[in-house]
Amino acid sequence: MRRLMLSMPALLLAAPAMAADLNVTVQIPQLDVAEYHRPYTAVWIEREDHSVAAQLAVWYAQKESKEGAGTKWLPELRQWWRRGGRELQLPIDGVSGATRPAGDQRLSFHDGKAPLGPLPAGKYELVVEAAREVGGREVVRVPFTWPASAPQQLAAKGSSELGAVKLDLAP
Amino acid sequence: MLKQTLKWSALALALSLPLAAQAHKMWLVPSATNVSGADPWVTVDAAVSNDLFYPDHMPVALDRVTVIAPDGQAVQPEHGVTGQYRSVFDVHLTQPGTYKVAVINGGLFANYELNGEKKRWRGDATELAKAIPAGAKNVDVSESINRVETFVTNGKPSDMALKPTGRGLELVPVTSFTDLAADEPATFQLLLDGKPAAGLKVVAIAGETRYRNAQDELDVTTGKDGKFSLKWPHAGMYWISASTQDDKASVKPAKQRRLSYAATLEVLPQ
Repeated sequence: MRRLMLSMPALLLAAPAMAADLNVTVQIPQLDVAEYHRPYTAVWIEREDHSVAAQLAVWYAQKESKEGAGTKWLPELRQWWRRGGRELQLPIDGVSGATRPAGDQRLSFHDGKAPLGPLPAGKYELVVEAAREVGGREVVRVPFTWPASAPQQLAAKGSSELGAVKLDLAP
Repeated sequence: MLKQTLKWSALALALSLPLAAQAHKMWLVPSATNVSGADPWVTVDAAVSNDLFYPDHMPVALDRVTVIAPDGQAVQPEHGVTGQYRSVFDVHLTQPGTYKVAVINGGLFANYELNGEKKRWRGDATELAKAIPAGAKNVDVSESINRVETFVTNGKPSDMALKPTGRGLELVPVTSFTDLAADEPATFQLLLDGKPAAGLKVVAIAGETRYRNAQDELDVTTGKDGKFSLKWPHAGMYWISASTQDDKASVKPAKQRRLSYAATLEVLPQ
């Protein structure tokens, strides 16, 4: 027991040196439409078999109502919903939050820490899905290999509901 | 009076349904197949028509509708209304999981001759004895069991409500009924009296037939294990159906039994 207690701080100290970072920038485009609502957006990581390796973010309307605080429309994020969104008990600290305005939304994740958790080495896809009330829906995918051996910048671009999606990997 | 007529016409239609050549399709269309939130509801259209899914012929009788909740118990459909061409009812999804909405029709159909005249009768087993006159000749009685279903999931899919009853043609999921996407294959299993229904033709037709010039049927035959796979060419509401007949009628003196199954399944874009 004593040994365990002693070794734990040692582990914690050692952790930051090992930690790889994963930074995501999601560009929510400025849209010139008569009726604009901020998009419901989900960000997650898929394994090669499309199973979910990590749920990173989900942004939805937080208003209180009898039908539930914006959760009624979560199945509109269709891929996210069927790939695991429906398994979640929302809200989740550090993952769920309010919808975001147009502009670059930056997110940082650290290996071993929630919500990324310890991500085993392998091939993955970062997936970003956005669905907008009275608007469209779009999914953007950025394939990557984890962990990166050198700092790496990856990107993909949406054409309607999402702008650039950037993925910065730090070893 | 209207109700009575409706009941009889629905029954008559149900009896004639297994003859696929007669074409009229009975269907249920839910307003959504995946719901979420604190108080989810769906509204369901129930009708009989040739074109999918346009109500232009006959409504489904509401007393034939059964809703099975995720815990396996029957719950009441709400706000039922029957119009000229369709019935409408709501399902309040108070439990998480998958609901089954079914219209179950069945009955007996008799042909006989009385004093040299050909007669027909439709009804259920309790009425049969009284319905056929003592002097009737060449009495031919057949039984029919027809199921029309659709499925709605609140949150994560579950399968308690999807347990087969073991009577007639039924469908059980291998791929979840409410988890279908365009270009992805889906596999289901067709059962006859709870056992794999081998070698049966299954037809899938996408809705909105009015806006195209062909039925564009997808045909597939069930394997020895009753399983079959369909790859949906595009998103939409699909009506899948199968029918068969055998000599396992449950009510004497019926010999032949005609069975049909149909389900409305929603396929979403990728």
